[in-house]
Amino acid sequence: MALLDDIEALNKAFSGFGVDETSILSILGNSNLEHKKSLRQGWSKFFSEDEYGFERFDPSHVKSLKLEFKRFRDAVMLSVLHPWERDARLIEKAIKKGPKHYNIIVEIACSRSSEELLGARKAYHSLFDQSMEEDIAAHVKGSERKLLVALVSAYRYEGPKVHDHVAKCEAEILATAVKNGDRKKPIEEEEVIMILATRSKPHLQEIYQHYHKICAKSITEDLEGHGILKDTVECLCTPETYFTRVLDLGLSVDADEESKKAVTRVIVTRKGALVKDVQNKIEGCLKGFYKDFMLGLIARGEK
Amino acid sequence: MAIVKGSWVAIGWGTNEDLIIQILAHRNAEQRKLIRQTYAEAYGEDLLKALDKELSNDFERLILLWTLEPAERDAFLANEATKKWTSSNQVLMEIACTRSANQLLHARQAYHARFKKSLEEDVAHHTTGDFRKLLLPLVSSYRYEGDEVNLTLAKSEAKILHEKISGKAYNDEDLIRILATRSKAQINATLNHYKNEYGNDINKDLKADPKDEFLALLRATVKCLVRPEKYFEKALRLAINKRGTDEGALTRVVATRAEIDLKIIAEEYQKRSSVPLDRAIGKDTHGDYEKMLLALLGHEA
Repeated sequence: MALLDDIEALNKAFSGFGVDETSILSILGNSNLEHKKSLRQGWSKFFSEDEYGFERFDPSHVKSLKLEFKRFRDAVMLSVLHPWERDARLIEKAIKKGPKHYNIIVEIACSRSSEELLGARKAYHSLFDQSMEEDIAAHVKGSERKLLVALVSAYRYEGPKVHDHVAKCEAEILATAVKNGDRKKPIEEEEVIMILATRSKPHLQEIYQHYHKICAKSITEDLEGHGILKDTVECLCTPETYFTRVLDLGLSVDADEESKKAVTRVIVTRKGALVKDVQNKIEGCLKGFYKDFMLGLIARGEK
Repeated sequence: MAIVKGSWVAIGWGTNEDLIIQILAHRNAEQRKLIRQTYAEAYGEDLLKALDKELSNDFERLILLWTLEPAERDAFLANEATKKWTSSNQVLMEIACTRSANQLLHARQAYHARFKKSLEEDVAHHTTGDFRKLLLPLVSSYRYEGDEVNLTLAKSEAKILHEKISGKAYNDEDLIRILATRSKAQINATLNHYKNEYGNDINKDLKADPKDEFLALLRATVKCLVRPEKYFEKALRLAINKRGTDEGALTRVVATRAEIDLKIIAEEYQKRSSVPLDRAIGKDTHGDYEKMLLALLGHEA
């Protein structure tokens, strides 16, 4: 029956990541009062009989639908901004939203080049009338503060020159800090912060290799469960691993809203640097204009 | 650039210091850069290398520092400071706090280019303890430069400073965070409030132990952030009054401030010592070194 088909189509259009604007338009766009009434009465997923005699739209579905409709809009807004403004705004929001969002600060501070991070700091002055580091220092409490301030203040050397024997010593320092992790959290260890926040990325790669030799495990494995410290280590030298993980989490079936938002952020900011197989996952999960926009960004590949 | 070519002939055959002073002392950074380029094109070697071979000690160092571009100069001084011992913490702080946010940034860029590493990694790995806790954030800062001030914040942060200082927690994270991240205008407002509310200048309260070197650095930091001309006046005064004169400090202050605020510093010096700065320098130094210092003192920016 046409009505059941319509309801099934609408369910599909409204489920998942983004909404299928085209289907919605063709079904609801031509819907008269009678049709809409039949829809509400037959569409048990979204409507239920209210005791006052009307078919009421389920409030939790209203909320999640609004979020899905917003996805395309938010993606467009994010992608239109200059990268400096975009990164500055993302960081400012993350600071205000609290500890669960601090990984975004790490993500930006560690995966951008020195000039890109500097640009974001300049934009921050202009947009918010203060420096990025003072905002973080003033709002972040606890053990994460030192690391975050240090990471956003970095202006790393970008040349290939590496100091091998220094890298070895520093790998040992990190290994010791991790080993003593139950006595003192590595994130509170000043030496650890200094190494991660000041050394160049090629030098850090040397350190990671030495670490692996010393500990027979990679430093990211050993920092499992150490929150943003692990994110830091990953983003600095193997950002693809970090971003793939974030995308997988966001595209999974029971992803929460923040994880889903991360998908937009990662695709908009990384585009060309994404692993190709993500495309298949996106084809399967995303819908409508949001999907087309994301696929377009990936296909174009430039930053 | 006939002047340039003519005088460099003089350099090759035994140096004519007077000519060097004449040529370099009264040029601004742009002109000095041009002179360096022209020399390099004409003689296939960097001017500073040539000067290095021909000159000696204090005079040479002053010429060297003066001829470098400001960003290069700061990078050079900062790098030197990370290799020396404790008195050099002062130089690092001085560069981090008296330069504008963009000047400090350019110094960091020049550091990458010249030393193939970042300033902050060198500072991190050559300073220790409380000094590192203070210096690392100072050299990494990129302060907001606007005049906007939040008076409520000034009040609350003055309170924090007072609490920490009263509790002798001089290396406290919040204390350092305020000095290392807030804009200079904001810090100024905070310190004004501190004085209004608690009666003393913050530096008076930071004098609890006159022998404590960290406290001395903290006081100097505060001064550099809000009253750099007073800081430099004192640095000059100490350099001149010191038995035998501290040429290193004298050279550094004159070379780095000649294009900025040396005239104001000289006025402060006269107010404080009742002796004009050029006369004090004339008494304490001699030869070409003295001549170059005096020439820079009269430098028209």
